[in-house]
Amino acid sequence: MTVAQSLLEKTKQALEQAKRIDQHYHYFNTFCDDLALQQTGKPGILADVFVTIKDNICVKNVETTAGSAILRGYKPPFHATAVERLLQAGAIPLGKTAMDEFGFGSYNTNVGKGFRVPKHPSSPEYVTGGSSGGAAGIAAKATFPHVALCESTGGSIVAPASFCGVIGYCPTYGRVSRYGLLDYASSLDKIGVIGKDLILMAKTMNIIAGHDPHDSTSSTRPVQNYPAAIGATIKGVNIGYIPAFFDGADPEVARECRHALKQLEAKGATLQAIDLPLTQQHSLSAYYLLAMSEASTNLAKYCGIRYGGTDKLEGYFDQFFTHIRTGLLGDEAKRRIILGTFARMAGYRDAYYLQAAKVRTKIIEEYKRAFADVDVIATPTMPFPAPKLADVNKLSPLQNYLADVNTVGPNLAGLPHMTVPVGSAKMMPVGLMLTSSWFDETILFTLASHVEAR
Amino acid sequence: MNDAIRRAATNARIALTEEEVERFSKQAEDILKAFAGLKSLDTRGEEPSIQPIPCENVMREDLPRECLTQEDALSNTPHKKDGYFKGPRVM
Repeated sequence: MTVAQSLLEKTKQALEQAKRIDQHYHYFNTFCDDLALQQTGKPGILADVFVTIKDNICVKNVETTAGSAILRGYKPPFHATAVERLLQAGAIPLGKTAMDEFGFGSYNTNVGKGFRVPKHPSSPEYVTGGSSGGAAGIAAKATFPHVALCESTGGSIVAPASFCGVIGYCPTYGRVSRYGLLDYASSLDKIGVIGKDLILMAKTMNIIAGHDPHDSTSSTRPVQNYPAAIGATIKGVNIGYIPAFFDGADPEVARECRHALKQLEAKGATLQAIDLPLTQQHSLSAYYLLAMSEASTNLAKYCGIRYGGTDKLEGYFDQFFTHIRTGLLGDEAKRRIILGTFARMAGYRDAYYLQAAKVRTKIIEEYKRAFADVDVIATPTMPFPAPKLADVNKLSPLQNYLADVNTVGPNLAGLPHMTVPVGSAKMMPVGLMLTSSWFDETILFTLASHVEAR
Repeated sequence: MNDAIRRAATNARIALTEEEVERFSKQAEDILKAFAGLKSLDTRGEEPSIQPIPCENVMREDLPRECLTQEDALSNTPHKKDGYFKGPRVM
């Protein structure tokens, strides 16, 4: 067999494995065999690395739905910048991964009409976490070299990565271009990565980070060298942990996270307790009000005219748009659009939307003060291990939102954060979340390389 | 709350059944009650953070540059005619 043939064989095997896993676990919305074979053998830093792409990130000519029936059939005529860069670096894309509709969920159970709920990689009765559930699930299951391109608005990278026992990294807001990302909340959305292999994730970040003229909110700051940070010393790194988030977590989760912090301390880091009262008490409310408000405007464009799910043109425009949106959006999408519209309506706007945006300022200031003292902030990623699907189905919307209590803070402030697997609770993986200051990203890769899960 | 939810849904071009109005209103009440603590915070003199990081206006020369072709822009819809999108009636 020639080299080219053996590479093609590897790609075919990876596709087969991904499809076999998908049959049982529902991690993919679409596969892109043609593009995978086309990319095979292409040279570059990510040559021979298989990537999956969350289904809210555009891949040219490959169906991209954000997990919603309202985008069924949409084949973008362009690549997202992050995807374009991955392809130029030789990465081989396998397909688009499952997610909560438009990212609206913490368990990946809020899938769009006609989409499947992904199942936990170690036990199918349990959920993967969301909204990047497919990304985390395939990262846990794949035996080929793999990185998942994914996205977080309020915790959608670290939540599923923590539940599935893999590493999840969400960079600073603006570090990776959002061009070609189907927006949920434009001031909160960040593209990042999930995987098992920290080095591959670091290499991927080096490729996708950096300014893009197509996204005016993407940063012009120089990109740090992520792979070079792996294995560097952590002597003198000052970690602030938030006791309230340990006390508020499942005791087994807290125990595993404390153990990991002790490991880091033994390797030279220093630990200190810190308190972020505003973040602890108000980040969830401020986050949801802002995210829903932004979502309600971002999703106004889906009306059955230019792309995605549609029907015969009938009635006046209002009737047609209402017909399409009512029929094709799922329950949680409707709830967030309606609540977001409400929070921006005359008479409510100052009390809800504007107040949340002002509280966001105070929370950002609180983080700035904290990072004057510590290099990194540590909390459990999720307050509990992955729950069963049957139990998630019993939760009210508000109870669903409460799962994000630890993750919304860094997302609201646009801070880089990473979840690292540290152990297990109730036979399910536990993740420790590390958050660093704006654009001070590589310290997280350094710390992660020193954590040994038990 | 029911009326506010009805009004918001209409603005958002989403039709709700009476059952949905009841359910969404009840859920909205729960959520807003849980978020009520925000209102107690003193934010006088605070600027709202529309972005998490200060963003500056980015300007460029107003010159034509490469963009989607008309054909590509129309490639995802059956609703088109003579190179334009075709929409529902407006009057």
